Amino acid sequence: MSLNLNANIPNPDNFYNRLIDMQRDLSEEEVQMMNAKLILLLANHIGEESLLFEAMDLAKPIHS
Amino acid sequence: MLNTYSYPEFEYQQSAEQASGELKRHPVVIIGAGPIGLTAALECAAQGIPVVVLDDNNTVSIGSRAVCYAKRPLEIWDRLGVAAPMVEKGISWKIGKVFFKEKLAYQFDLLPEEGHKMPAMINLQQYYLEEYMVTECERQELIDLRWKHKLLSLSQTDDVATLVVETPDGVFNMEAQWVIACDGANSDTRKMLDGEFSGQFFQDRFLIADVVMKNDFPTERWFWFDPVFHKNQSALLHKQSDDVWRIDFQLGWEADPEEAKKPENVIPLLKQMLGEDCEFELEWVSVYQFACRRMDKFRYGRVLFAGDAAHQVSPFGARGANTGVQDIDNLGWKLKLNLEGKAPAELLESYSEERVFAADDNLMNSTRSTDFITPKSKSSRIFRDAVLQLAEQHEFARPLVNSGRLSTPTPYINSTLNTADEDHFSGSMTPGTNCADAPIKIQDKDSWLLSELGGDFKLLVINNESAHSVEQGGIHANVVRLGEHFDDSLGLVKQRYDGEQGAVYLIRPDQHIAARWRHFDEAKIKVAIAKASCQH
Repeated sequence: MSLNLNANIPNPDNFYNRLIDMQRDLSEEEVQMMNAKLILLLANHIGEESLLFEAMDLAKPIHS
Repeated sequence: MLNTYSYPEFEYQQSAEQASGELKRHPVVIIGAGPIGLTAALECAAQGIPVVVLDDNNTVSIGSRAVCYAKRPLEIWDRLGVAAPMVEKGISWKIGKVFFKEKLAYQFDLLPEEGHKMPAMINLQQYYLEEYMVTECERQELIDLRWKHKLLSLSQTDDVATLVVETPDGVFNMEAQWVIACDGANSDTRKMLDGEFSGQFFQDRFLIADVVMKNDFPTERWFWFDPVFHKNQSALLHKQSDDVWRIDFQLGWEADPEEAKKPENVIPLLKQMLGEDCEFELEWVSVYQFACRRMDKFRYGRVLFAGDAAHQVSPFGARGANTGVQDIDNLGWKLKLNLEGKAPAELLESYSEERVFAADDNLMNSTRSTDFITPKSKSSRIFRDAVLQLAEQHEFARPLVNSGRLSTPTPYINSTLNTADEDHFSGSMTPGTNCADAPIKIQDKDSWLLSELGGDFKLLVINNESAHSVEQGGIHANVVRLGEHFDDSLGLVKQRYDGEQGAVYLIRPDQHIAARWRHFDEAKIKVAIAKASCQH
């Protein structure tokens, strides 16, 4: 199986809105902590190493 | 400072060869009488090799230093006849607790599998460990322990090394067919050979204190991340014998090591941790900075490097001394076969190959623990703290917490000495793996499988009547057959070695599996013995 890069979130606007909302009124430090926890929670749900590594590679900055 | 231990002073004696001025060639000379050098001496004696050990000092380790000893090194010391006093004096433990600030983040149980002779882990001061081994070395006729002997220089040809040695009586030369350098992380032998030793230094300092106190703390390993008594750093508490406790404080890179270890600075730190009312005495204090590095190869001609001289890891995970003992386990039988003319010097290349592989596994684990304990950047610290916060509530985050992954043996899965499986087996006893122990009975008396294996090549035979001993190029592999030589009263040998459908295991003298088959085939066993000993 490879990482699903097709649209898979049924209501994208809802999700995105929630993602931005939860950062509001938090300090930079709190935001970073929250995002770190979010990554860990989602990563554990996916579980499969090859998928996680594929996502990590895609997220990395591209240096030419 | 208090002393629960009085240091023995070993007597210097001038050797006959120095007194007579006669140049002697020894099969094996060991440099350094620390835990690894002493293990090497006992291993050589067990293999029947006369051995000389040179040490520039005349006592055991000052301070307790290495503390945790894992099952596999204990099994090796048991094969060498010195594990019993260590296990008896040592503290067995299996519960580890990890705290984040004031809360318990999670706890682990080493959960030792039942049916092994040796415990999962013991804690014991290094000076006791060394003392027990010195006592055993002195009992062995093949071992010549020489205190106050300092190696000044070393040169070598293809066949022999020449050592220039200084004693209180002056300087003399000796020759060795093989030299085992066990002279620690600052190895002079390594410097003499321009040995390459590289890796990563960590920009952090740790204070270790051995503290004598009587209290009712449980026998558990306690590790704190960012505790209230030592903000933004880590701390560790661990019990040793004689009511001595090991305490580790992370200090940070800015700390002045000389200032940090002064009692007037150590005692307030300890009081914050242990409480104002706790009565304790300092026994030993040291400050260290650690490194994760290794030599490019562990064989330099006639010189074989072992222990910290060859590789150095962070202390998290108890991988230093434990790995060094396994170096020697790997080395002894190879030296013996070579000295007896049954294996070429190439077999000693496999020592470097297999133990470099194990060292890399240790370095990787040790570096990962260090990165978790002392995060290198702000964002890695955030991830670390996120894991610790999640671990309090959620089971999934607990395996991510890394306060040290405790030492386990590294199977030599890709070793050139292995013969690949051609039959199907399940379970973990694949070629290159160290043999699992199991309780057995010999003539109705309780015993252990590992006592029947090792020292020489062996054939462990399960559910097979036709198997017999095999000889190849002067190497004998005798049969150890279930039902004939021992009884598998609990069925654990059959289970751990997947033997129900019949199995023949070729086992190396260091209790590692070289090859295995479902049926006995003498020709295949001969080929496998030749492969495991580099005979051509």
